[in-house]
Amino acid sequence: MALSADSMRCGEFRTTYKADTTIFPTPMSRNFAIAGLIILLIVPQVFDAYFTNLLIQIGYYGIAALGLNILVGFTGQISLGHAAFFGFGAFASAWISNNFGIPVILAIPLAGLMTTAVGMVVGIPAARIKGLYLAIATLAAQFILEDFFNRADWFSGGSAGSLAPPLTLFGFSFDTDKSYFYIVLAFVLVMYLAGTNMLRSRDGRAFVAVRDHYLSAEIMGINLTKYRILAFGVSSFYAGVGGALFGHYLGFVSAEGITILLSIQFLAMIIIGGLGSVMGTLMGTAFMVLLPEVMDGTMKVVGGYLPGLERGVSYLKEMAIGLAIVLFLIFEPDGLAHRWKQIKAYWKLYPFSY
Amino acid sequence: MNGQLLLQLVINGVIIGVLYGVVAMSFVLIYKSTQVVNFAQGEFLLIGAWVCWALLVKFGLPFWLGFLITLAFMFVFGVLLQVVVLRPMIGEPIISVIMLTIGLSIFFQAGLSWIFGEYVQPFPRVFDIEMVTIAGLNVQTAYLMSFVISLLIMVGFFAFFKYSRMGLAMRATAFDQQVAASLGISVHRVFALAWAISAVVSAVAGVTIGMINGVSSALSFIGIKVFPAAILGGLDSIIGAIIGGLIIGVLENVAQFVDGEWLHWGNLYNIAPFYVLVIILMIRPYGLFGTKDIERI
Repeated sequence: MALSADSMRCGEFRTTYKADTTIFPTPMSRNFAIAGLIILLIVPQVFDAYFTNLLIQIGYYGIAALGLNILVGFTGQISLGHAAFFGFGAFASAWISNNFGIPVILAIPLAGLMTTAVGMVVGIPAARIKGLYLAIATLAAQFILEDFFNRADWFSGGSAGSLAPPLTLFGFSFDTDKSYFYIVLAFVLVMYLAGTNMLRSRDGRAFVAVRDHYLSAEIMGINLTKYRILAFGVSSFYAGVGGALFGHYLGFVSAEGITILLSIQFLAMIIIGGLGSVMGTLMGTAFMVLLPEVMDGTMKVVGGYLPGLERGVSYLKEMAIGLAIVLFLIFEPDGLAHRWKQIKAYWKLYPFSY
Repeated sequence: MNGQLLLQLVINGVIIGVLYGVVAMSFVLIYKSTQVVNFAQGEFLLIGAWVCWALLVKFGLPFWLGFLITLAFMFVFGVLLQVVVLRPMIGEPIISVIMLTIGLSIFFQAGLSWIFGEYVQPFPRVFDIEMVTIAGLNVQTAYLMSFVISLLIMVGFFAFFKYSRMGLAMRATAFDQQVAASLGISVHRVFALAWAISAVVSAVAGVTIGMINGVSSALSFIGIKVFPAAILGGLDSIIGAIIGGLIIGVLENVAQFVDGEWLHWGNLYNIAPFYVLVIILMIRPYGLFGTKDIERI
């Protein structure tokens, strides 16, 4: 196989800032991305609905998780209330499309904007507090919003939940896994590209500066209050869009699934994927979505010998989430993205790695 | 307006508030001496209560023996948790430590639900439960007992830190780790001991609540209620934790009263502490008795 000289460079040869911040460092990586996209376009035609369903889940959770990574990984603020924003987006989109006759495809970004507003209100305390206190403030926001979903009949249908109409475009209804997959894929592409580009802009660099040393950032002329609240806004927008996609996929939204456990799962996704890494977010989401499925599969094989295990599988799944968080934090705190980089670095100089 | 009911609710609030205070105190103990925010505090209560329940019901041990074994178990458990899981995290960013304790909390919660089931299990009757009338108000003896136990724990805490050598070492470590280490105090041992004491005290609270309400995974929600209490009092103040717990306990019950009389929202009881929490964080993040964070560049 004839690899061009540009396929993978064996060192750092960049001479401009532009080359340093480019999305695709080599033509090879760009070609791989395009090839991956083409494969994804074919997937729902080739594989069954179960596999497509998993990819759709990775899609909408991945969008929301990227929002959380922008907040936690890039701006250095902690949020334990991400699931509440995710849920708010789902309810808002259902509410808009049910009550105002706005087509779903427009309701999804609108729901994102509504969630942004809520997120910025929740983010106001962030202007004053940080770290642990912020974690607890967002925990309070999670419980308050959860309570709101259960009570606000006009908005969320109360404890009964609300119906979200399927997405229809030019008379075609995207109500099967196969067709909805393309909608989610389009949203993932747009949101991830937008996210990557935003992080390369002045605002993105300001986020990172706030994370690395907020006092230095302030001295360099970055408005801390503005960027902290903005980070909450951006993060909530992603959560809202992800939630809206989730709502229209299931067709039904209820407050039952929007618990603190989901917030923790979002945090687990970005920690396992890698804090401050866009592609890591997607890897972590895939890990968290596939983990219970892999466990189910293993149980089917092992369960025959150990019937006690099969009964406890739902608890085992939860335990696995907790264990995955703990083990990753102790043994690989930089996440899967870091591991991936190490693998690439190994092959860069192969067979002369040292 | 029902004055009698309000008074009764306030009394209930004080009794449950003192228990919150005890748990908040053990939460603050960990934070003060090891700078770790323990999101798994509620699971400590749960583990203690379940272990004691299993010893009493499954193994048929007498209460005093089962209770002592539970305390010994929790001591070892606390030390092991600190040494195995939390020691590698020293020096890691705060979000990692928070996530670690959250991960532990999920792990234990699910594990315990798997082992012991989802249903409420009653404790065997250890003390007679009857109503006594104090100043025209009905109070269950069980509540009275929990009140006395809580006060005893608080006095024990106070005496330990004031008079014992190890207590002094722990206070020194909380004040300044480097200075303490240079004076020959084993900081590692202090850390482990802080987790052990916290686990033991939480277990006592867990068993006490379990004896009144039965044991179920709902117990661990107390671990969440601790945050409003500890933040209100100030995260690094033991006295503050007790007072914060009392205020939150009373507030909950008053919220229930207001809800029942006028608002009819349904569960203001559970949510009110979090509204208070947000307000405190906006106005006075370091709480009533906590030290204000001063940052040097």
